[in-house]
Amino acid sequence: MINRVVKNAEEALKGVKDNQTIMFGGFGLCGIPENSITQLIKMGTKGITAISNNAGVDDFGLGLLLQTKQIKKMISSYVGENDEFERQMLSGELEVELIPQGTLATRCLAAAYGMPVIYTPAGVGTEVSIGKEVRRFAFNGEEKEYLMEKAFEADFAIVKAWKGDTAGNLIFKSTARNFNPMMAMAGKITIAEVEQLVPAGQLDPDHIHTPGIYVHRIFQGENYEKRIEQRTVRKRN
Amino acid sequence: MLDKNGIAKRIAKEVKNGMFVNLGIGIPTLVANYIPAGMSVELQSENGILGMGPFPFEGEEDADLINAGKQTVTLLPGSSIFDSAMSFGMIRAQKVDLTILGAMEVSENGDIANWKIPGKMVKGMGGAMDLVASAKNIIVAMQHVNKAGQSKLLPKCDLPLTGIKCVKKIVTELAVLEVLPQGGFKLLERAPGVSVEEIIKATAGKLIVEGEIKEMDL
Repeated sequence: MINRVVKNAEEALKGVKDNQTIMFGGFGLCGIPENSITQLIKMGTKGITAISNNAGVDDFGLGLLLQTKQIKKMISSYVGENDEFERQMLSGELEVELIPQGTLATRCLAAAYGMPVIYTPAGVGTEVSIGKEVRRFAFNGEEKEYLMEKAFEADFAIVKAWKGDTAGNLIFKSTARNFNPMMAMAGKITIAEVEQLVPAGQLDPDHIHTPGIYVHRIFQGENYEKRIEQRTVRKRN
Repeated sequence: MLDKNGIAKRIAKEVKNGMFVNLGIGIPTLVANYIPAGMSVELQSENGILGMGPFPFEGEEDADLINAGKQTVTLLPGSSIFDSAMSFGMIRAQKVDLTILGAMEVSENGDIANWKIPGKMVKGMGGAMDLVASAKNIIVAMQHVNKAGQSKLLPKCDLPLTGIKCVKKIVTELAVLEVLPQGGFKLLERAPGVSVEEIIKATAGKLIVEGEIKEMDL
């Protein structure tokens, strides 16, 4: 067994420099690496190109790194929940690349699987297709156009899992899985923070979502807030 | 004229037994409330759920279990959870039978715009571009005219497009319309109390009215 454990977020994020590309797992505020985001604020790392489906909210998640102006560029699919983001984007302080959600996920997957490009129909005929190679393929019973999209190249991927073991194997919980597994597989260096870190051998190998080969550093996080963005409930009876 | 719930109720009649359905944010979400009990339908949420259930009871919310609108939800028996790549994989591979989503504009050849108003609103496309590029069956739920009173059913979309030649059917507060493969909005049904003339007036794109147009059966 190769031990992937580091002590905490501080140790896990050693070597993260200014002007690097970092993937952040999570969908909305669900399954985001809270401890690592806090640590990046402490470190004051600047010029981050962040690949993340969303941009957090004003006072939580990646929104915190926007407040401190540590993010230079965001590559996301949906950023609707964040006023500071909108302000920085409209004023030109923040560079933004909006791409379809499935394209975002699959560009991670391409990196994870060692393939330089994918072809997807998402965005054909829209401004997303500008400057991209378009090819026609007959597939699945119809012929249509597809856009060539490149695999992401990220210096670091920072993900959050529910359980992990000392070998770096990860298990995600419910919809906090979202982008975490494919980002974990896509980073040149992958950092995983987990709610529960257990000794190797305690997780059933059949239940592992992300094998430890992809996870270079793992630590048990603390004080998870797990904020709910839209609390929707129904009344009993 | 229908209210939002009326539009959702009419769209629910398009949902058939055994379908996997993706519901967008807004009116489409309300469709779930009108799917008849006893019908086997599984709702897909593109953040990674098949078999999504209703909102949780108060006190049972789980921060780790949300839908694509970031709302707390529940899971039904037989449900499954998967990652975002697989979620869009099943959408791209056309395993999802029906996609219902909102729109700002639809053109008479089935183009849809629903993600950006240049200079005003730039929230992003989320999963909408993936959904409209791949889904076999797309129904749009929207108001017939915008807040300024202008038709949202146009010869050509003015706003940045989400997808091209993809919308099959539109349900508004006034009417049910089919987008014909050769282009044009074919009027299928009118909402209770709405005349064909009112629908003609509210539709800027090419409208095809043939024979008697029946009132929606709700």
